[in-house]
Amino acid sequence: MSKSSAMSSEEKPGAPMSRLYAFLLAMVLCSVALIARAVNLQVTESEFLQGQGEARFMREVEVPTRRGNIQDRWGEPLAVSTPVDSVWVHPGELLQAPESIAPLAEVLGADADEIERKLNQRSGREFVWLRRRLHPDVASRIEDLDLPGVYLQKEYRRFYPAGEVAAHIIGFTNIDDVGQEGLELTYNDWLQGKPGLRRVIRDRLGRTVEHSELLREAVHGHDLTLTIDRRLQYLAYRELKRTVLKHGARSGTAILLDIQSGEVLAMVNQPGFNPNQASGDTDGMRNRALTDVFEPGSVMKPFSVAAALEAGIVEPDTPIDTTPGTINVSGHTISDHRNYGPIDVTRIITKSSNVGATKLALELQPEQLWSVYDRFGFGEVTGVGFPGESAGVLRNYRRWRRVEQATLSYGYGLSVTALQLASAFAALADEGRLRRPSLIQGADNPPVSVMDPKIAREVAAMMETVTGPEGTGRAARVTNYRVSGKTGTSRKASAAGYASRYIATFAGFAPSSEPRLVGIVTINDPSAGEYYGGSVAAPLFSTIMSGALRLLDIPPDDYAGVLAQAEGEEEKTELAAGMTAEMNNDSVNDVPGGTATEALSDLDQVAE
Amino acid sequence: MNVRFLVVVVTLTAVIGSALGLVYTRHDSRRLEVQLGEQENQRDDIIAEWSRLQLEQAMLADAGQVEIKARDHLGMRSPDNAKILVVKP
Repeated sequence: MSKSSAMSSEEKPGAPMSRLYAFLLAMVLCSVALIARAVNLQVTESEFLQGQGEARFMREVEVPTRRGNIQDRWGEPLAVSTPVDSVWVHPGELLQAPESIAPLAEVLGADADEIERKLNQRSGREFVWLRRRLHPDVASRIEDLDLPGVYLQKEYRRFYPAGEVAAHIIGFTNIDDVGQEGLELTYNDWLQGKPGLRRVIRDRLGRTVEHSELLREAVHGHDLTLTIDRRLQYLAYRELKRTVLKHGARSGTAILLDIQSGEVLAMVNQPGFNPNQASGDTDGMRNRALTDVFEPGSVMKPFSVAAALEAGIVEPDTPIDTTPGTINVSGHTISDHRNYGPIDVTRIITKSSNVGATKLALELQPEQLWSVYDRFGFGEVTGVGFPGESAGVLRNYRRWRRVEQATLSYGYGLSVTALQLASAFAALADEGRLRRPSLIQGADNPPVSVMDPKIAREVAAMMETVTGPEGTGRAARVTNYRVSGKTGTSRKASAAGYASRYIATFAGFAPSSEPRLVGIVTINDPSAGEYYGGSVAAPLFSTIMSGALRLLDIPPDDYAGVLAQAEGEEEKTELAAGMTAEMNNDSVNDVPGGTATEALSDLDQVAE
Repeated sequence: MNVRFLVVVVTLTAVIGSALGLVYTRHDSRRLEVQLGEQENQRDDIIAEWSRLQLEQAMLADAGQVEIKARDHLGMRSPDNAKILVVKP
């Protein structure tokens, strides 16, 4: 018993001791393993793990920016970005509740099967745009439906309240708000701004819990103010469209330029397009005033006559014999509309005599003619800052043949854009001071003197006879204003020589006593019978110019004009009656009696 | 000994104070963050509203619309030349 107890008391301490050691060893091993793992996690893999952890809740979120507005010279909006909702879906979530596809399709006005097919194709993804830039009503109805897996996302959409009227100048943006055409493209960086970046902490449901830091400040887009006057732009567009339709023309352009600043007040083209729903039809999207070149024809005559005056070979009243109405130059016959006989230099412009212009040009050194054209900016881009602007073609005088020198004098053998013509005529009207035309307000356009002011004034005076009683541009007259200009009718060159298709042009400025506005009108390929610049383009010029002069409050410089129109006795009586009626009217009580009496006495003088 | 004790006490107080300060500023910054977010949202809403109003105004002031109103609804027309009296300055 004692032996056995002794045995057990001897053995008992031994066994626990070895177990204790084994246990301790196991503990130490465990600790070592733990420490090793801790080291492994904390030191070796910490970066990876921390990154993974942050990826679960840290998000980098873009801070959206708004694209700048484009406005006209008075601040009227021409392009505005406004937030709208786009709808996107999580295909997996939505497909779990297939019964919710039908109401969604109904609100969107789409086919439910098609949506389901689209979602099935993309079922592996987590984000699918369903429809972007929704109408606000549709968006609010979708929000009310509150369907699983259907979300709305705010996006900016660009609206063009002026529509097609200013579409060619402004251009448009694509679905991601990047400029594609026009000034939206040229000034994309200025308008766009830079989206900011911010790091945030989000919870499981995607709610932002904490903003941890701003990685990049958002730079908002800047606004862009144009020199365009929306009222004039609309007026020019409406009238151009009317004229193009009336004459069955292929296309047309009209430009209105402020002479004293070189600012473009209106620039319109036909055909047009709707920038709010730009489609694939690129033909109507071209800003023809800047991108399309044409042979200008007789509107170049003021410049060739200016070259002759500058060379000192003639004066405005030097006689030139254009008999018999044709002239032969190196085997080519150049002819006039009819035989004008002996005329002076002024009447070359008044009557648009090709023979007279040719005779002057052949007296000149080629360089003298070229130099005038070159100085007025032909053959070079105007630098207005528009994508795809054409330079036109003006060949160097060293390569001119004699017949080319003749045809260049009346506007064939070179090609120009309508804007080049506008800028050149503005320089002629402003005593030879050429300015770079501008579309953006605040541009600095110092004038460059390109011609002796005296000669420019002489040419401008000649151009006033074009709207006079014997001129080709009588239809360009504007009541109460003196108008100077030049008509042009050029045949279009085609592969088989000059076709019987025409470009009717009128270039002019008003008021002649102190020119403020230049207007250029070109109508391409009128097909309804009439095709002369004087009968197609000049009336349009008159309408646009008279509206512009009135809207811009430019004082009339031809007070007798209203009376000169009343040629017959009958009209005179009507007129006098109208005026008396006006004077008796309360609303014109403050018209000084003296002025009205004067007007009436003027009236009598005209009748005599 | 006394000086040492004082240093410890002062440091301890400073540590506790700065810890509390940290908690407070942290809370304050979160509060301001929320406020900023709200005001930014408000600003965005106002800008959105403004751009919509601008569009509406442009639509109403559109020359074509004004012309239709003036000509068709109000029966206005431009006066003929006989009715225009030029007042010399």
